[in-house]
Amino acid sequence: MAGAEATPAVSFQEVSRRFGDVRAVDNVTFDIADGEFFSMLGPSGSGKTTCLRLIAGFEQPSSGHIKVHGVNVEGVPPYERDVNTVFQDYALFPHMSVGENVEYGLMIRKVPKAERRQRSEEMLKLVKLDGMYARKPSQLSGGQRQRVALARALINRPRVLLLDEPLGALDLKLRESMQNELKAIQRQVGITFVYVTHDQGEALSMSDRLAVFNHGRIEQIGSPSEVYDHPASQFVAGFVGQTNLLDGYLAQRLGGFPGMYAIRPERIRILTPDAEVPMGVATIDGRVDTITYLGATSRVEINVEEGRLTVIEQNLEGGTAVAERRPGANVRLIIERRHIQPVSESQ
Amino acid sequence: MRSNVKAGWSLKVAALGGMLFLHIPLLIIILYAFSIEEKSFVFPIPGFTTKWFAVAFEREDVRRALGLSIKVAAIATSLALVLGTLAAAAVWRSRFFGREAISLLLILPIALPGIITGIALRSAIGIAEIPFSTWTLVLGHATFCIVVVYNNVLARFRRTNRALIEASMDLGANGFQTLRYVVLPNIATALLAGGMLAFALSFDEVIVTTFTAGQQSTLPIWMLSELIRPRQRPVTNVVAVFVIAVTFVPIVLAFYLTRDTHDVAGSVK
Repeated sequence: MAGAEATPAVSFQEVSRRFGDVRAVDNVTFDIADGEFFSMLGPSGSGKTTCLRLIAGFEQPSSGHIKVHGVNVEGVPPYERDVNTVFQDYALFPHMSVGENVEYGLMIRKVPKAERRQRSEEMLKLVKLDGMYARKPSQLSGGQRQRVALARALINRPRVLLLDEPLGALDLKLRESMQNELKAIQRQVGITFVYVTHDQGEALSMSDRLAVFNHGRIEQIGSPSEVYDHPASQFVAGFVGQTNLLDGYLAQRLGGFPGMYAIRPERIRILTPDAEVPMGVATIDGRVDTITYLGATSRVEINVEEGRLTVIEQNLEGGTAVAERRPGANVRLIIERRHIQPVSESQ
Repeated sequence: MRSNVKAGWSLKVAALGGMLFLHIPLLIIILYAFSIEEKSFVFPIPGFTTKWFAVAFEREDVRRALGLSIKVAAIATSLALVLGTLAAAAVWRSRFFGREAISLLLILPIALPGIITGIALRSAIGIAEIPFSTWTLVLGHATFCIVVVYNNVLARFRRTNRALIEASMDLGANGFQTLRYVVLPNIATALLAGGMLAFALSFDEVIVTTFTAGQQSTLPIWMLSELIRPRQRPVTNVVAVFVIAVTFVPIVLAFYLTRDTHDVAGSVK
């Protein structure tokens, strides 16, 4: 990975994009390192797609500066930028064959026909579509179209590849296998991937780093584990994974100071009410309210003094206990202090 | 969905009757083109001849009317292809103040009775003191030709993914390259269908033509005036046969071109 002093692949400096009164992107600053798999995660309307379109050149910033590999791209049209996009609905050209779609960028740049053909065959092989050259996009499945869109973008050897929810239209199984494949392709070609998604699982599993967007602002940037284990704000804690958000009495009781805290449900351990409490952990007694069996895990809702906590437990073989902990049972909960994460309030 | 229910014989007879009612007059017109009787239409024809075809093509007035009709239809159609496509693209691609109004105004000439368009154009031409010429005819015909092209192209655009244009730009194509390699191929059959329909509409238009022609006569106007004085009647029928051929072929072609794509091939006229 590039060092701190290397030129970032993409750099946003105080970038805003307004549509009328709406600030789709509101004073955003961040860098994406060369060769990084960077995700922009957020709910719809959070500004992540607008950021992607700003990099592609389909939108221009209302204020601020965007650099791609150190070059200011203000006023540079999309067709002169060294970035390519994989569109959400693929946007394959329906009147062209798969091969012609893949070769489009090369055809525009007047690459000779023989070379075009050779490179597109290579690309189709990379995305496991060899032999599909002459097909029409309408004859392909959703997953195959997705791969054509990827090949069509990658064949131009862009320095940055933008992906706009590329797996959104696929079913769950296919999505999971495409996640692995995308990640593998990214390692193979070594191109910077900027990946927009509203699926936190996707962002956590694929990214080197991710940015969490909310209301046009970035709430947090970091590695998946940083963002998951140390959410900076109430919004991040709630959007990325499940969380117990504490404030008021319960926050002070467990966190030690007034404020707002987040605790991941799988970080809480359930013990019997008379269990001994180890040193350096927070503890609270409660009563089991409901238990939901989820297969690999179970979700236990526990009423505690002035509140309620959700706990996720692994259903391990010979595991103590879920059987014993029926609704109504008294329990003692312990949480290591490092897992009680102070968070700032979000809008 | 097709139903597998067989139609009863009475329905078949009724359908056949309807078809005959619509198409027998066409056959009679064709038949009279071969009649030796030149003063009036008598059935059955007293004798068969093909001499009227030769006579028709020798007559200077027929040639002039035919030439004018083709010229006006060609120019009006070309104009409509450019303006109609541009208007459709604007209405499809962007939202702007007055978009709905413009869209309505474009369709109006074909929704309004031709006589209104005709009178309006006639008074405008009069007020502006423009002399009648091919161009006043082109102007009149373009009003409804544009609608046909506009409707066809807009219908196609509406089924076209807007992201295609962005995808093309993203892959390095500038505006002209995107137009050439992505936009035009996607609307090509709609343009062809719209253009042929526009040509056919212009070629047999009477009402607007009457108001914008002045002393000139296009083929339909010539036929109308020819019916009034009974001299070499079958010549009119020969010309009618020609018009049927000229308008029939493009309409059938347009039908086949847009058949698979569920386009609005025609429009309300």
